[in-house]
Order: sequence, then C-alpha cells, then structure tokens
Amino acid sequence: MSRETPLLARYAEGLFWMARYLERVENLARLIDVTQTFESPGRETESWLAMIRINADEEGFKATGKEATADNVKRFYLLDPGNPTSIPASLEAARTNARTLRPLISTEMWMQMNVFHRDMMQLTDADIQGDRLSRLCTRIKEGVQAHTGITEGTFFRDQGWDFYQLGRLIERADQTTRLLDIRYHLLVPGGSEERKAAELTQWGGVLRAAAGYHAFRRVAPAGFTPVDVVAFLLNDTSFPRSVAVCVQSMEWHLGQLRSRYGLRGTVGALERVEELRAGLMGRPVEKVLADGLHLFLDGVQRDLILLASEIGTPFFRDWRPLLGAAAA
Amino acid sequence: MNSMTQTMSQSMNFDPFVPYRSGPYFCELTRDRDGDAGAAAAVRARIAAIGLDALRNRAAAAENDLINLGITFTIYSESQAIDRILPFDCIPRIITAAEWRKIEAGVKQRVAALNLFLHDIYHDRHITRDGVVPADLVYTNANYRPEMEHFPVRFGTYVHICGTDIVRDEKGEFLVLEDNARTPSGVSYVVENRHLMSRAFPDLLAGMRLHPVDDYGRRLLTAMCDIAPEGVDEPQVVLLSPGIYNSAYFEHVFLAREMGVPLVEGADLVVEQDRVWMRTTAGLRAVHTIYRRIGDDFLDPTVFRPDSLLGVPGLIGAWRRGNVTLANAVGTGVADDKAIYAYMPRIIDYYLKETPILNNVTTHICREKEGLDYTLANIDKLVLKPVGESGGYGITIGPRATKAEIEIARKSLLADPANWISQPVISLSVAPTLTETGIHPRHLDLRPFAVTGRDTWVLPGGLSRVAMKEGSLVVNSSQGGGSKDTWVLMDEAPMGQARTGVTP
Repeated sequence: MSRETPLLARYAEGLFWMARYLERVENLARLIDVTQTFESPGRETESWLAMIRINADEEGFKATGKEATADNVKRFYLLDPGNPTSIPASLEAARTNARTLRPLISTEMWMQMNVFHRDMMQLTDADIQGDRLSRLCTRIKEGVQAHTGITEGTFFRDQGWDFYQLGRLIERADQTTRLLDIRYHLLVPGGSEERKAAELTQWGGVLRAAAGYHAFRRVAPAGFTPVDVVAFLLNDTSFPRSVAVCVQSMEWHLGQLRSRYGLRGTVGALERVEELRAGLMGRPVEKVLADGLHLFLDGVQRDLILLASEIGTPFFRDWRPLLGAAAA
Repeated sequence: MNSMTQTMSQSMNFDPFVPYRSGPYFCELTRDRDGDAGAAAAVRARIAAIGLDALRNRAAAAENDLINLGITFTIYSESQAIDRILPFDCIPRIITAAEWRKIEAGVKQRVAALNLFLHDIYHDRHITRDGVVPADLVYTNANYRPEMEHFPVRFGTYVHICGTDIVRDEKGEFLVLEDNARTPSGVSYVVENRHLMSRAFPDLLAGMRLHPVDDYGRRLLTAMCDIAPEGVDEPQVVLLSPGIYNSAYFEHVFLAREMGVPLVEGADLVVEQDRVWMRTTAGLRAVHTIYRRIGDDFLDPTVFRPDSLLGVPGLIGAWRRGNVTLANAVGTGVADDKAIYAYMPRIIDYYLKETPILNNVTTHICREKEGLDYTLANIDKLVLKPVGESGGYGITIGPRATKAEIEIARKSLLADPANWISQPVISLSVAPTLTETGIHPRHLDLRPFAVTGRDTWVLPGGLSRVAMKEGSLVVNSSQGGGSKDTWVLMDEAPMGQARTGVTP
C-alpha cells in the first residue's frame, strides 16, 4: 500500500549527516585502535601524531595548546567535545540530526542513539588508559553497529533510506582512504627481509582495523605483498569497506533516487560517481603506488567532497560542507 | 477476586493506604463515588499487593524508560538547556463514566462558546455592543488581531485544539480555572503515560475497562483535513514547530508522528504566489493545513514581529487568500485571556442560552474598581495572577506568601491593575501519590483536550498534572509538577458483575 510521500529537504539532509557522523565515529574508533596497536615502544608519540596528520587536524590540535603527547592526542579524539573531529563532537552532531529526524526515524533508532550518546558523554580519562582503550574502541564500534542494525531492521525504505546510505558510504570510502594513508605515513622505504616482515604485520593491522583481515586472507595470493593489501582495500568488489564497493553502492542508491523517485537533481552526482569509479577501477594498483599512494588517496578524498556537494546542492535545504572534510 | 486476595495475604505487604490521610481535600482515589464500579478499591488493593519497594523500583525503571526514549521537555535557565522528564506518578487518577459525561459536555459547551465569541468579535461585535463584555477589554487586548476581522473560517472554528484546565474543590465540584485556546500542550503525555502504564504496570491495568487514549492523532488529522481550504481533495497537512530547541519539541514530534505528517520548521516552508509550499527533495510541494505550534507573533515576519526567524514570510497573505488553513486560527488569544475568562459564564449564556455545565472559579477583575478594591483588601487571602502569562509564572498565592512577597505583589498590582485578576484559593483535590516517605496526597488538576473541525471531540480523560511537593498547588511542568495516567471508566456496573467488571 506504499504511497509515495514527499521527503522534506531538511530530512534528507539530516539523514545524510546522521549516517555520516556515525560512520565517522565508528571509523575513528577503528583508527584509534589500530594506532594503539602499532605504537612502537619509544615511538608512541610518532604514531599518534600521524593520526593528527591523517585527519588534517594539525591546526585544531595546536589550538588546544596541549603538548603533542600520545595521551593528549587520545584525549583530543575521545574526550574533547570542543574538537569538531572528535568522537564526542561527531556523536553530538549525529544525535542533533537524529533529534530533527525524530518524526521520521523509528523509536528504537532514537532510543539507542540517545543511550549511546549519553554513555559516551560520560567518558573520563580513566576510560582511555592502558588496556581500557581498546575495549572502549570496541564499545564505540558496537554502539554504531547496533545503530546500523536497528536502522536496517526498522527504518522505512523510502528515499530517506537512500540519502542515509549515501552519507554513510561517502564517509566510509573517505575513512578507508584515511586508514590506508596512515600506513603510508609510517612506511619506511627499502629494506631487509626483517623489515618486510614487520611491514606486513603492520598491514595486517590495517586490515584488522577495517575488519578485513580474514576476508583478505581468503582472496589474497600466498605470497602477498603490501600491494595486494592496498588493492584489496581500494578495489575489492566484495569487501564492504573497500572504496570500490562503497562507490558502487553510492551509484546504486543514486540510481534509485533517479529511477524510483524521479529525482532529476541526481544528474551531477551520477556523473561524479561514475568518474570516481572509472578513476578507481581504471588504474592498476602498481601504477597508483608508483605515482604515490598519498597523492592518489588525496584525489579520491577530494572527489568524495565534490560528490557530497553534488548531492547537497540540489537536494538539501541548507547545504554546508562538513567541517573536517572541507579542511582535508 | 480470589487470586488478588491470595496475592495480598501471601506477600504480607503492609498496606500503604492505611496511614493515608487526604485531609480536608477531595481525594480522587479514596472518596466513594457513584459509578466507580470498584475500580478505585481494586487499584488500591493491587498497589498494596505490589508493595512500596517494588512500586518504587518499577516507577524508577519506568522513568528511566522516559529518559531513554527522550520523552522530555526542555527547561531554559541561566543560558543552559536541560532536558527533563515529566515525573510520572504510577498511581492512576480515576474518572468515573458519570464524571466524564459532565466534563465532556462542559468542555464542548465551552469550546462552542469560545468559537462563537471569536466569530462575533471579529465580525458583528454584538456581545460588546450589548455591553455583556467591555469593548476595550476585547479590542485593545494585545491578543486581538485586526487581521482577523471579517475573515471567514471553516465551520466557524477558530479554536481547533483547546485545553481546558479544570480543578476540583473540596466538595468534588469541577471548576474551570483557565481555557487554553492558543497552542495548548501536554496531550503527548496523556498518550505516553498510558503506554508507560501498560509497559510498567500491566497488573494495575489488567481487566480495567477504560476509554482508550491512542485515538488522538487520527482524530486530529481528520479535523485538520476537514478544515483544509475547500476544493482540496487530498490536503497536505503539516505541523509547524519552532524546532528542536523548543521546550515542547517532543510533543511536536509526537503529534507529527501520530498524524503521519511532516514536522516542518519555518525555513522548510516558502510562500509563492500566495500559496504555501514545503521544500522537498523533489522541489516544492503544496501545503494546505498547518497545525502550528508557534505563537501568532512569530508566524509571519512581514506582518507581525519582523525579527522572528521561526515563521514564514508571506504566510498571513496566503492564509488571508484562503489558500491555507492555520490551526488554531490567528487571534484566539483574546478569548483565553485571563481577563476574558471572568466573563465566560456570561459568554456561554449570551450565545448558547445555557447555564455553564462547568463553573468558573470566582474571579475578581482588577481593572474594575470593585475588583481592585476587593483584591487589595484581601490580597493575603487571594491568588493573584497576571492576565498575560502562562506556565504558572508571576503567580502570588496570598496565604502562602511572605509579607515581603505580598508587598511586591501589591506594588505590581497597583502599577498596572488591568494586568491582574485574583481568585480565592481553591482547595484543589488530591490523589494518592508515591513519594520518598510512602503514599501521600498531592494536589492535582486536569486538562482535557478538545479537537474541533466540523464538530468537537474530547479526548477521554486528559492530562492530570500533580504538584509533587507536599502542599504545593503549582502543577506546572516548568515548576516541578508531574503527571498521572488518567483513567476514564467505561462502565458503571459494580465490579465482578457480568463481564464489564475487573477480572482479577
């Protein structure tokens, strides 16, 4: 009996951002977890500062006036609501969006968000110390995953669902490129067998952070190299966090908005996503690495910002770029 | 009843109603009433069987549910916004079928009189010409809107949603304290309280034959469709809210959801060619009825307050062209003014040739010499209320005020007598309420909600607001009041007789 009902532009916008902020929260937790795991003794600070670089947060961190120590970086991302790229700030933004969406989202979605938000706002320094940090990251991931599951099982599948998915997929693709980039920053070129082995361990960590370790082992050649890991996270067509799967799914949801709901404003976004896909699938990873992975990832991130803008401009009431992403 | 008796004797609970004393006040649960069908006694017995400790635990869990669900209102103080729940008292308030018949008829009568009054003052002005209500009281009232003059509204309905505040004196008589004809709030708690009751206290509800309360959204939507501009087949209804920072935002969400219509903010709407549109992903879509939860002053910055960011530029123009309906209509505030309230019995008589089914509380109008003199002479015995305020602000309760407070009130009164009315202190009825120290009487009132499109429907029961502090008469949520689930009994047959009673 589904009657096509119009979707307020503001609701489309709220769904897009709610999903995006939550995906960001989950991925931040993943990044923190992997950074913690690869803290090398004596060089802790270096690993954590790389995280600041990856998120393009140098300025923001400097503004806190805090010394660049591992602990201060952790606080910056886990406890500081004043940092717009922190987990508390993203969660606050997600909840504010959810609040504007309350007439639309299910009660179960709202309730879980409310409780999750409250728990996270009560975190203290003790929660990020030692072995508690990794458990905290698990809790944060599970909080977002609970949201995702409840949404999958309860949220009405009209065009709002497509806007929700687009926000999530753009953020996920962006975060996967950042996860790849964090390794790039730590990679030391050249090397002995020993170093290669150590390097592979680190790449294994990246895969674990993306929850892709086992999937990768299933599809990777026996004597895999870092190139295979990069190819997997960029181009694999089955792994849910690979950039390629995200981009394909974006294309599908945009197609739905166009064909099922007749939204003609999708033209620009469809073109942009097609280009993204071509740029991604059209180049062998070896070439990408030879030209410089960081440069390539930067390009993908910029394309994602443009894509978001192609969606925001025709469909949202008050399109404004995401703070952190705009700076990247 | 056998199993109930068994439970009681097995649990060996001390009956928390044994020390309960309601004092000189009318008690809503322990006073014998005709047609109560044994429901009150059953509730008391069931509560005793649950026992105080379990009752407290379950009430705490129920309140925690409210927080998690975000069923909250927002209080603003010292630039801070705090989300609060409306404290929920788990002991229900019971209204018998006979009592309800009277309240329902009284509310309908009052709503009819309000609408006739509004139509008259914005058209032919008979009532002021006949001297029944002083002309200046109406036409110089801040809430009188010249924009409404000679403007037709469908079915003559101005007040589509009305909340009537009713109290009960020590004799058990229902008295109207105030009409809320602008944007009355609280109905969401009526429905949510019942949901909460059935989740947390199914054993209190079991077998009770009560009027359901979850029909409100459907009735409201029907009324909103009825009043849409003529000739529109499938009217698009929206709820216009000031947004997520408004203290009643939860209620706006609730109503939009119950009606299944978009909750919009001013910036979601646009007026083009005297028509109202909402901004959707597919472009502009026409809007026909707006249930607005923002005040007249904020509706349209081009007509009323130019600094309002909440409204829609051009909205009043579109409405005056008859292209969109506003509920409630603009300019209803003149009818629920506390100064006009004093004249309601005469207004009812004037238009309907009926005596009021529900009486007013005696009211002294300080703009009149007689009323002012009486009030000044008896200020320590009276409740002094500013006419323009709502939410319980600015009230001085003479017998409870300190000398200094009385003097402040006297000064405010003399500075602007027209701004004040006074009323005798009404001994509000009480109901047993769960407190830290057991079950004690707390004062309460009742706000039934009437929805009027083509005709008037009253939601059975209404919001029972409880002053949670001992002895307090202020029930407003903004001042620490709580609420109770309000049961309207369907039958009058004694319990245990036939199938209509309570099944144990």
